[in-house]
Amino acid sequence: MDMRALYGWLLAVGLSFAAGAAQAHPHVWITATSELLYAADGTITGVRHAWTFDDMFSAYAVQGLESKTKGTYTSEELKPLAQTNVESLKEYAYFTFARADGKKERFQEPVDYFLDYKDTVLTLHFTLPLKSPVKPRQLVLEVFDRSFFIDFQMAKDSPVKLVGAPAGCQMKLERPNDGTASAQKLNEQTFLNGENSNFGMMFANKITVDCP
Amino acid sequence: MKPQLSSLVRGLLAGAAIILVLGLADAALHDLLAQNPFGAPRPAQAAEPEASGLIGWLLAKQSEFYRQMSSTIRAAKSDGSAVWTLLFISFAYGIFHAAGPGHGKAVIASYLVANRETARRGIALSFASALMQSLVAILIVGISAWVLNATAKTMCKAEGVIEIASYALIAAFGLRLVWVKGGAFIRALQAAQPVPAMAGVPHDHDHDHHHHHDAHDHHDHGHDHHHHDHAHAAHHHAHDHVHDEHCGHSHGPTPSELAGPGGWRRGFAAILTVGIRPCSGAILVLVFALAQGLFWAGIAATFLMGLGTAITVAAIAVVAVSAKDIAQRLSAGRDGGGALFMRGIEFGAAGLVLLFGVGLLFGYIAAERTTCF
Repeated sequence: MDMRALYGWLLAVGLSFAAGAAQAHPHVWITATSELLYAADGTITGVRHAWTFDDMFSAYAVQGLESKTKGTYTSEELKPLAQTNVESLKEYAYFTFARADGKKERFQEPVDYFLDYKDTVLTLHFTLPLKSPVKPRQLVLEVFDRSFFIDFQMAKDSPVKLVGAPAGCQMKLERPNDGTASAQKLNEQTFLNGENSNFGMMFANKITVDCP
Repeated sequence: MKPQLSSLVRGLLAGAAIILVLGLADAALHDLLAQNPFGAPRPAQAAEPEASGLIGWLLAKQSEFYRQMSSTIRAAKSDGSAVWTLLFISFAYGIFHAAGPGHGKAVIASYLVANRETARRGIALSFASALMQSLVAILIVGISAWVLNATAKTMCKAEGVIEIASYALIAAFGLRLVWVKGGAFIRALQAAQPVPAMAGVPHDHDHDHHHHHDAHDHHDHGHDHHHHDHAHAAHHHAHDHVHDEHCGHSHGPTPSELAGPGGWRRGFAAILTVGIRPCSGAILVLVFALAQGLFWAGIAATFLMGLGTAITVAAIAVVAVSAKDIAQRLSAGRDGGGALFMRGIEFGAAGLVLLFGVGLLFGYIAAERTTCF
């Protein structure tokens, strides 16, 4: 049997599947700011995010919610929604991926979470405590949606803050679109080399903190 | 044995060729469009990831049009003429959204190839399924958000349920196609075997048996309208077998056989399978329009998105049907292999529908899942 024909067929099927992954284009845009929280002894205890949704999604998210004044929502009124948000985010690992000196770190369930509604957009604030605080030479934090349903952009002004970091720690942010991220090139080749499972990785915001 | 195997290989090659032709045509079309993009201004805040190539360009274009929708709907509140801009953006979004690889188009194209449908029916199916998609989105938002004032959480859950149901439908649809086309393919394989003892009456009896069995099975599944289709195929097969050595060509159904009262019912399964799952984008736009007090503008935008989608899917359907027709013409002159060759393609196309359904259902193509949060 001609193996090349079989190979061609398999390639075609594979391509079709890869194509499936590409259909996802963002439906939600998030502008994020993140704070890395340090303890007094210089260990990293967690990450605090503030995610601002685009106005289309914000309108969608507040649909059907009760509010005293039409068109405005207090954090109190948004409490059930914030609860739903953080509970649902668990399934997606909070779109936050940390590596301390190359080792994958896990997060506990979010604390101190709330939503605010300003200028027709929602902002979700929440803190992700690390399961076990770490004190690595290098911490890499990535924020992205694997399926690219959500497009994460770090805010233009002060996107990342180190809160209480030891002196001498250097922070570097690689945005998906500033040409420094290693895999920001998205083309057919990407889908042929089997990386489509991590499709959203190409849109990752990569925060690297090096401490002496 | 040898001629049979090589026919099988030919079938596989042709299947791969059709998909490649589809891909190339797709790429060519977009290169063409790339020379003349819709001259909509790029919003400053929409910093697109640097993406190259066809897929990246499609993604960027989709995002661009999509992101303009919210501001345009807002503008339409005070300036009625912005509605025209909204309709144009929605239409363009629909075209680009469908041009990006997706299951709906793949299912329709595979269905058309597997069922030997005409290009005209392909166009009709594309428009009908896109229309249904729009209607489902409008109904979901109309009933849950507008009438019941349900929350996003409820709507998203409803969307998720419909999504799973639609994937299950694709898988079931694919399974049925594989069953029918697999049977036809196996019988074509048997017929292609040059074993003298198989010619004659006992062989015909064997076919009759198969035929009855299949027809019975269809009846069980409530697809008795397919009975005719299959009986027709079986009939042709017998015909092929008897005359294989002499003329060696297969007969597809003529256009007149496809028209008629049963024609639409047959396509309905395809329309339902593809059309039942609404586009998340349409739902977001509708809810947003509702929140702005411009629900009607959202409805109009949804229909225009559907129209754009239909045009792209119809174009791809026509390409798929043409590629299959070319393959059929090329294979027609071959000794005995013609029927087997085409049954092989149909079987492969049926298999693709099943693979898509199963892949989507079990999350191998997880990117097409709606994210609720």
